[in-house]
Amino acid sequence: MSIKGRIHSIETCGTVDGPGIRVVVFTQGCPLRCQYCHNPDTWKLEDGKEVSVDELMADIKKYKSYMNFSGGGITASGGEPLLQSDFIKELFKRCKEEGIHTALDTSGFVNLNTAKKVLEYTDLVLLDIKSFNSKLYKDLTGVSNEPTIQLAKYLSEANIPIWIRYVLVPNLTDKTEDIRDLARFLSTLKSIEKVELLPFHKMGEYKWEELGYEYKLKDTETPSNKTIENVKKIFSDFKLKIQ
Amino acid sequence: MFNEWKDFNQGKWTKEINVRDFIQKNYTPYDGNSSFLVGPTERTTKLWDKLSHLMKEEMKNGILDTDTKVISTIISHNAGYIDKDLEQIVGLQTEKPLKRAIMPFGGLRVVKKALKSYGYELDSETEEIFKYRKTHNDGVFDAYTDEMRKARHSGIITGLPDAYGRGRIIGDYRRVALYGVDRLIEDKLEQLDLLKMEYMEESIIQAREEINEQINALKELKEMASSYGYDISKPAKNSKEAVQWTYFAYLGAVKEQNGAAMSLGRVSTFFDIYFEKDIKEGNLTEKQVQEIMDHFVMKLRIVRFLRTPDYNDLFSGDPTWVTEVIGGMGEDGRHLVTKSSYRVLHTLYNLGAAPEPNLTILWSERLPLNFKKYCAKVSIDTSSIQYENDDLMRRWYGDDYGIACCVSAMRIGKQMQFFGARANLAKALLYSINGGKDEKSGEQIGPEFAPITSEYLEYDEVVRKFDLVMDWLSQLYINTLNIIHYMHDKYCYEKIQMALHDKDVLRTSACGIAGFSVVADALSAIKHSKVKVIRDKNGLAIDYEVEGEYPAFGNNDDRVDSIASEIVKTFMNKLRKHKTYRNSVPTLSILTITSNVVYGKKTGSTPDGRKAGEPFAPGANPMHSRDTNGAIASMASVAKLPYEHAEDGISYTFSIVPNALGKNEDNRASNLAGMLDGYFHDQGHHINVNVFDRETLLDAMDHPEKYPQLTIRVSGYAVNFVKLTREQQLDVINRTFHERV
Repeated sequence: MSIKGRIHSIETCGTVDGPGIRVVVFTQGCPLRCQYCHNPDTWKLEDGKEVSVDELMADIKKYKSYMNFSGGGITASGGEPLLQSDFIKELFKRCKEEGIHTALDTSGFVNLNTAKKVLEYTDLVLLDIKSFNSKLYKDLTGVSNEPTIQLAKYLSEANIPIWIRYVLVPNLTDKTEDIRDLARFLSTLKSIEKVELLPFHKMGEYKWEELGYEYKLKDTETPSNKTIENVKKIFSDFKLKIQ
Repeated sequence: MFNEWKDFNQGKWTKEINVRDFIQKNYTPYDGNSSFLVGPTERTTKLWDKLSHLMKEEMKNGILDTDTKVISTIISHNAGYIDKDLEQIVGLQTEKPLKRAIMPFGGLRVVKKALKSYGYELDSETEEIFKYRKTHNDGVFDAYTDEMRKARHSGIITGLPDAYGRGRIIGDYRRVALYGVDRLIEDKLEQLDLLKMEYMEESIIQAREEINEQINALKELKEMASSYGYDISKPAKNSKEAVQWTYFAYLGAVKEQNGAAMSLGRVSTFFDIYFEKDIKEGNLTEKQVQEIMDHFVMKLRIVRFLRTPDYNDLFSGDPTWVTEVIGGMGEDGRHLVTKSSYRVLHTLYNLGAAPEPNLTILWSERLPLNFKKYCAKVSIDTSSIQYENDDLMRRWYGDDYGIACCVSAMRIGKQMQFFGARANLAKALLYSINGGKDEKSGEQIGPEFAPITSEYLEYDEVVRKFDLVMDWLSQLYINTLNIIHYMHDKYCYEKIQMALHDKDVLRTSACGIAGFSVVADALSAIKHSKVKVIRDKNGLAIDYEVEGEYPAFGNNDDRVDSIASEIVKTFMNKLRKHKTYRNSVPTLSILTITSNVVYGKKTGSTPDGRKAGEPFAPGANPMHSRDTNGAIASMASVAKLPYEHAEDGISYTFSIVPNALGKNEDNRASNLAGMLDGYFHDQGHHINVNVFDRETLLDAMDHPEKYPQLTIRVSGYAVNFVKLTREQQLDVINRTFHERV
């Protein structure tokens, strides 16, 4: 019997979560409760559907041509994939056996030793750092940013490629000092390939309403181009490749 | 040996009519990027502005102007110009740009109806001629059986070319440029010599008559060219002549035939040989070469036919399917991409996006990466091009084939098809439930057998009865086509197009199916969930309730995808059993063009949950919003369909918002190229690519004047979005847009 996990859904044409065309597995369950989450329907571990690694692999293999030609692969996203680390480890291990590139989209909120087992089979980590300001991080997500920082340092030591993702939310994560602190920290890491700046959008708002949650960012606007350019400059001042 | 040929590499082509050999011996593959391309000249911009203005006028009334008297032939009209001083390539269908011609030999009624609908009337003297002269349409209806008329009326076989020109024949227009008309006539005279048989049987008699018709047409072609001041009896001696001669040949075809699809073939790499020679010798600059290409393409953009409004309901946007194929691989392993492959695509920038000519990329994994990325960029910028799998088709058709209409491959000058429109398989499925009765009228159309009477549909029973209906339908379909094409040859023979063919051509009887994914999903629903039948007071099944979920086509799920493939194979094998006119080889396409809307309207509710009157999905597309696993899963399902049982083509239309292709321009182009590589590697046959936001289309519906050139791909061709009927516009917008971010 192959190991099972809970997933929300699969997207076969992922083009924004890692390089090339990717099969994105959205896992179910997340320990964070980010105010701007656009997938709140993946929060509860008991929702979604159960699948085995065997079933998932049978499906993923069907898309090998697309992955090969585009330089793509699979991405485990969520939810927080590391919440089901045994499942993801097994999935990635099997992908590596098939020569499929693996990317892990994570907030980093996980015990480092648990993460290491998965990282053994991970080609790229999309590390989502919500904020470098620990108090703000706690306010935003409900949890501490310490594990995320530790994970980042470990990835650097182990020389595992990282794409940093930073969601820019007006009046929340747009403070110059916070961003500069983050950029300074990132500049000390070795394996960062790029920083992706993700401007806040409200496309997930309807899901909050459907789920009966209160959406605190109703009145928040998407950031202006000027703000985006200013933030990009902070990162590039620290010699980070920013997109 | 002609003097015009002295600088070319010699080969078989100098001794026989063999354009392919000329290309192979003389072309230069190009691996570089698009940086050599140049913008439009002042003349080009001026000329295009003039035409754009005329086309705007045309849109107001549907047509700009039409002849009402002179029956169109190759030489019926005097020379016509848009602006003689600006035009580098000349020749119009009538004496004025966009003025439509009348071609009544396919059917007089259609001409009269079309004229009337635009406020004109057929000249009485012209009408008088048809008291003494029969048309294709008259012939067909003299031979049709009652059963055929009924099947046509109920719409189970539909879109048949029995009242208009059949089209889907590609003359090898390049021959006129390479050989000159006199050499071609000589060749035809030799062919006649070969047809002096001991016993003059019917096929020989027919061939002898046809070849003499062809010779006459070639003579007329010379006459037409000379009215523009050109002598095309000898080979073209430079680039401009090569393009002009080729265009005259094509023009001859569209003056003579109002064919459903009048495709061009494969000319850009042929032209490239002349262009590169002239550039090398310093006779032309890149700017001048691009100008010739731009002016040629302008001419192709203004090919027009007079058609009735109900024809436009089926195939809207005034399509002519001037299909030109670009790229592909040669049999010797060299790719066929040249600088002129880029130049012809570049017209979409110099003149803006447009549906015609129907630019079709023959995709191979081995095409140069630069070219792949350029094509992807053109798709993202213009949504004007389609792609077909060269690695797949080359096995059937070699390396000098073209595409007639949307997806029908044929060796150029060596193969033609008898176009057969399509059978409505969704309706056929309903006939199997209703014992051969039409679900809308209750009329007995098919053979009378016991209808299904159970409350819930049973898979085995439905499949068994569906098989019986397909037996009946396939035979009726082929017989109907036999009549149509017998009469078309007799009363409306394509003499100039066939003059540009070899003596012995391979003919196919190109059948088609509509409602394909409806049938696949319906059978899946019956098998994997429960389908309850709702009947009216006469016991006729008129609606269905699906209880539970079923795997739908388009999710890369073999439980239904295997049913889909089986439908294609089964119906094709039934078609193969029947005797065809002129021993043509039956083939099948899964292609609806925009007719999926009208066919859906004529078809009652189906067991997949689709309600009466709702559109089918176009071509081989999954049904709207049932493909929920993302774009690639949808493509993968379509790629599984067996091309060997659908050699006339499998059309798939794909629409995606730019953001779903990647974060920046470069990413988007390389992801799209990767997607095409994956799809074609997995044996997909055809794909239309549209890249735009739904909002753009909604805005274009409300403000058509802002989007005169907004082009979208539908089924196997492209149209100006603003020329679609409102229903078709809504159908396009409601269709699955892949947009997850």
